[in-house]
Amino acid sequence: MPIKLPFGGRRQSHPTDLWTQCPDCREMLYNKQLDKNQRICPRCGHHFRLRVDARLAQLLDRDSFREQDAGLESVDMLGFVDQKPYPERLESARKSTGVRDAAVWGTGTITGTRVAICVMDFAFMGGSMGTVVGEKVTRAAEHALAERLPLIIVSSSGGARMQEGTLSLMQLAKTVAALGRLADAGVPFISLMTDPTTGGVFASFAALGDVNIAEPKALIGFAGARVAAGTISESLPEGFQRAEFLFEHGFVDMVVPRPRLRETLVGLLRYLRPATAAPDKSSGNGTSPMSRPLSYLETLTGREPKEAVHG
Amino acid sequence: MVDQQAVAVPVGEQPAPATQAAQAEQPAPAAPSVDQEELRAAVWARVQLARNVHRPHTLELLRAMATDVIELHGDRLFRDDPAVVGGFCKIDGRRAVFVGHQKGDEVNENVRRNFGMPHPEGYRKAIRLYRLAERLQLPVVTFVDTPGAFPGPASEERGVAESIARSIQVMAGLRTPIVTVITGEGGSGGALALAVGDVVIALENAVYSVISPEGAASILWRSPEYAQQAAVAMRMTAAEQLALRVIDEVVPEPATGAHEHPAETARALRARIAYHLDALAGRDRRTLLETRYARYRRMGEFATVTPAGETRHERGGWVERIRQLLESGRAAIVGDGVGTLPTETAEDESDLPLREDV
Repeated sequence: MPIKLPFGGRRQSHPTDLWTQCPDCREMLYNKQLDKNQRICPRCGHHFRLRVDARLAQLLDRDSFREQDAGLESVDMLGFVDQKPYPERLESARKSTGVRDAAVWGTGTITGTRVAICVMDFAFMGGSMGTVVGEKVTRAAEHALAERLPLIIVSSSGGARMQEGTLSLMQLAKTVAALGRLADAGVPFISLMTDPTTGGVFASFAALGDVNIAEPKALIGFAGARVAAGTISESLPEGFQRAEFLFEHGFVDMVVPRPRLRETLVGLLRYLRPATAAPDKSSGNGTSPMSRPLSYLETLTGREPKEAVHG
Repeated sequence: MVDQQAVAVPVGEQPAPATQAAQAEQPAPAAPSVDQEELRAAVWARVQLARNVHRPHTLELLRAMATDVIELHGDRLFRDDPAVVGGFCKIDGRRAVFVGHQKGDEVNENVRRNFGMPHPEGYRKAIRLYRLAERLQLPVVTFVDTPGAFPGPASEERGVAESIARSIQVMAGLRTPIVTVITGEGGSGGALALAVGDVVIALENAVYSVISPEGAASILWRSPEYAQQAAVAMRMTAAEQLALRVIDEVVPEPATGAHEHPAETARALRARIAYHLDALAGRDRRTLLETRYARYRRMGEFATVTPAGETRHERGGWVERIRQLLESGRAAIVGDGVGTLPTETAEDESDLPLREDV
């Protein structure tokens, strides 16, 4: 497995019970078999959530992942207490998940193409975005910009972390501003939305991919059911806020089953390559207009992509 | 910044500026203990003031503070969203593009305005106007007052999340100055989509939060009845948001609140908006964009656990900000915060991943 987790002794990525019941078809599934099948129900195709390490293993070339900023840890700025103080929630989340916060970022390769990648982990406080998650997404984007690497963000989050109040809300602006710079510089960004991608995460970076991909039946929406039900009186229709609903309404480019995600990324990365360096720096022709956001698409229309690796 | 005399509903103890520094030096338990019930009631009263239907909204404020107001309509994609208004105005002689949430002050108008809860069209209209301002080299002034974006099916199927994300992105990179005023309810992403600015001002009784207190209560306490506790916990009052540096300035409201003195409130705001427009007009475009990026880049605080197992606070500003929080006049609730600093370190140092550069 390519990543090292920050705490001693790697924990199981799911409870130690041997069996898991599929929430869709009610089949009892043997966990080892489920893991072998990328945590997809062999009977009905239900996609269980993936932990970060499993997701990285599935998408990236073996042993290619190098984690960055693994030491970032949340701070309780507000002195937030609901039914439990925030520091206690953080501590128990760290203990039960073995990760320090709800996102991991680093670099890796996909069939040799270097990418910057950030993966969220729903198991850690519902994948909620506080300052640490916002910081990691932003650093991933800034690194992708500096190194001119395609950026991939795998979302799995209930939204902004309430325990950090408006500081969490500000992470929407922080991450999106960084992505704006990436787009202006012609460095592509692929957003992969997995179950669930809701609230402030969907209303910021997750929605803004040059290409948006969703896993089948993933819950993707702006307002969580409890928020919506509390705010408006109408009951919400069935099938609403699922990946297929988003696809139908034009907000995701494709709904891709998990076993085909890697090959889909490989195919896309042949096109979504960072615009070549500024004319004065490039050794070849100095014709590509760098100042415009979509210039990388234009540079691609005329020629066949060659070797996918970008230094 | 907050005028003690003008506070309609006093919140806890508000020490005079001179005593604030001294108090910040003391350990947290020395903070005056405020009765939780009293605090809750006081914060909630402010939430109620921010939501007061007679509070002046964007158009009412502009009527009192601006001239030559021309409203523009429609997102050019689907329809005109009455919950968001925008157009041209002249504030104290300075031409600008304005965009703001609009609620109604009585039932029918409020229904028409959807209680200030925009659909995606509202944000797409805003984006259209930001772009127009950029082309015309006019500054943008936004007014924020919404419970949040509308969460219904119509809103979702037309991509409200995408419209919010896009609006935030356009504001973050807009090549013209942006001054934002939180005038009432700053409700989550639906507010932020109009609130990414070079300067963010709030009226004294405005609130700003990541989720409505009712929403937070139904998730964290599993019942909307805990909305008052949630309001206190989220530190959503303008003074606290100032301490957290989410906003830059609080403009005091006249004695009993903006709803009873709309013209006076507008006058006070006009002076501050004009001041900031002038200050920003002098910035070259590059500095403007870099400063705006930096404003959001520094938001929030985190620690770094080093491979040696020691917890380091990434930026020195952390303690100072806690102190600012203490100074913000809400010392009571902050007392707990200082005692709960995360001081634990990783158990196994050898297994910590090193920071690697590739």
